Amino acid sequence: MNPTETKPAVIIENLNKTYQLDNFKVTGLVDVSIQIAANAFTVLSGPSGSGKTTLLNMIGCIDRPDSGTLMIAGQDVSKLSDNALSDFRARHIGFVFQTFNLLPVLSAYENVEYPLIMAGVPAEQRRARVDKLLNAVGLLEKASHRPSQLSGGQRQRVAIARALALSPALVLADEPTANLDSQTGNMIIQLMRRIQRRYKVSFIFSSHDPKVIDAADGVFNIIDGRITGFERVKRTIAE
Amino acid sequence: MKQTLPLALRNLMRNHQRTLTTFTLALRNLMRNRQRSMTTLLAMVVGVGAILIFGGYSHDITNEMQTDFVQRSGHLQIQRSGYFLYGSGNSAAYGIPGYEKLIAALKSDPVLKQMVVVVTPTLQLGGIAGNFGAGVSRTVLVQGMVAADEAQLRKWNDYGLPLIPRPLPLNGSGPDAIVIGEGVARVLQLCAELKVSNCDAQHKAADAAADGAPPTDAPPDLAALSALEAPPARNNKDKGTQIEVLATNVHGAPNVGSFTVIKAEQLGVKELDDVHVAMHLPSAQRLVYGRDAPQVTAVLIQLQHTDQIAAARARIQELLSKDFKGADLAILDFDTLNPYYGQTNRMFSALFGFVFVLIGAIVVFVVSNTMSMTIYERTVEIGTLRAIGQRCSGIEALFITEGALLGIIGSALGVFIALVISGAINFSGLTWIPPSRIDPVPLTVRVWGEWPMIALSFCSLTVVAALSAWVPARGAAKQAIVDALRHV
Repeated sequence: MNPTETKPAVIIENLNKTYQLDNFKVTGLVDVSIQIAANAFTVLSGPSGSGKTTLLNMIGCIDRPDSGTLMIAGQDVSKLSDNALSDFRARHIGFVFQTFNLLPVLSAYENVEYPLIMAGVPAEQRRARVDKLLNAVGLLEKASHRPSQLSGGQRQRVAIARALALSPALVLADEPTANLDSQTGNMIIQLMRRIQRRYKVSFIFSSHDPKVIDAADGVFNIIDGRITGFERVKRTIAE
Repeated sequence: MKQTLPLALRNLMRNHQRTLTTFTLALRNLMRNRQRSMTTLLAMVVGVGAILIFGGYSHDITNEMQTDFVQRSGHLQIQRSGYFLYGSGNSAAYGIPGYEKLIAALKSDPVLKQMVVVVTPTLQLGGIAGNFGAGVSRTVLVQGMVAADEAQLRKWNDYGLPLIPRPLPLNGSGPDAIVIGEGVARVLQLCAELKVSNCDAQHKAADAAADGAPPTDAPPDLAALSALEAPPARNNKDKGTQIEVLATNVHGAPNVGSFTVIKAEQLGVKELDDVHVAMHLPSAQRLVYGRDAPQVTAVLIQLQHTDQIAAARARIQELLSKDFKGADLAILDFDTLNPYYGQTNRMFSALFGFVFVLIGAIVVFVVSNTMSMTIYERTVEIGTLRAIGQRCSGIEALFITEGALLGIIGSALGVFIALVISGAINFSGLTWIPPSRIDPVPLTVRVWGEWPMIALSFCSLTVVAALSAWVPARGAAKQAIVDALRHV
């Protein structure tokens, strides 16, 4: 079931998660055990409420499992303290949100620069890194624009640049094309695919968008919190 | 060592950059919702302004009262022990013999010379003043003074208050001259002669009718006594302003002096106005001590500044215990001599504290309400920041910085507004009549120069504003990231 040809970016074993809603429990994940390949474009797919976002949140270390182990970049993150987990996210994980979630009071440049400042990167290196990333997403000329002055697609490109700022091992994207029109969505997928190859980063998506699934190296199917299958897509470098 | 120093510097620069970013974010977020920020700032401006104006007003009242007391009775008084509590009914028993030597010692002391403005003797005694021409009399409190010294006392104005000058009429007058309070003048029916306002002719008639006898001269026995005690060079130009003052002499016998009232003075406080009689010290001493060696009930000491009291007192104590061992003398400060001063100060301190707490509470509610609304609206942003690696403490710092910025800007504007308003009040020339006074005093509000009060208000309300943001910020930072990101 699991792709194990290369060293995995994420190793999940017997992960369980339930939510308490008022007086009844809702199952989030049941005994999930998967390995996600490094430097790959992986999609967690399934219908709404299937648990794909829950699994993505666990991998992103923004939610904690009830039981099971989660290894990211060779480290068991299940038992890290809140501060340690924050530092871990800053160093190893980048996020691309469905609603872009840029800081509205910062310019595109500052949004990309923000994680670098938090990590204490010196000013010169920051400048070089931000310029490089904004250039990579084609928004160098919009660097001084605030998010409100950018289109949806441009905002998502800034979000991608921000996610890559600290060269994370993983970039997680929750339904990244859901708030974009089909053409812009396609462009964003192509951009992420290009960036994933260029920067050799592991991209993990939660999506049921066929275009995203088509672009993936591997797809995990989830239904009712359980992994029901894994489908690997063979591609050539030319593709 | 070579490695450690650059590392420490690098860490310092990193932290500096983070702080700058937090500050920039906080400032921009405040600008993001200008209307809400302005409303919050307005509440803070009004709060800080109200605190400072009330504080400045109460400070000015304190300064005015202190100036008034120091002008009347000096900063310190040397009295016989027990006079302050028990001597008012029998001042003769508490006289200071050989006071001239004490005054000379005080004036010549090199340490006191640096601090002292005036050293002057005074004799206070109770008596009865009678206008026998009108058939009226009343009990009075006589103060015998050295007029030139007393005039100097009245010039003390260390706080630079816009005081209405009160020249001393007794200064330069004849030896039998006296000055009475306007209340005394009314009762003695000397209003017309002394040009006293608020005198009712009906009361004059009623008083005369009640007496049932036409006005006469002084009774023959009193007139004889008065003639015995009268000074040889009497300045008796106007018979209509002659009054007699009856007192008990040092041997317990009655003594009368006939005096010329040169002016009825308004002392501001009605209780004083109704009993005040001021005369030259030798006249008062003649009433009490006759041909015996004259004494005084107190030696008044006025200093350059009020904060010299402790040092001056210590030095005087040293002199008294060295050169006046058996004299049984006590040193009292103006605060002790005028309990009303301390009581009023305490009342204003309590009121200031109450206003401060009330406004502090309003600031807490306004800022925490603003921050709660802001945090609610920015829940997703908080979730995003946490997701990209911001620690809880970073989120708290961001919102506390926003609260502190509101506090700093609001307090600074509040201080500015308070200075402008207090300046306008001070230049307006308005007057008011404080409680227990009957004459108007300038209405002033001293904010400029009251730096401790300004600093206290500024810092306290800034801290209160920051802490008001801390509680909702803490809640925001602690919420689950996934819940924050899901917030709609």
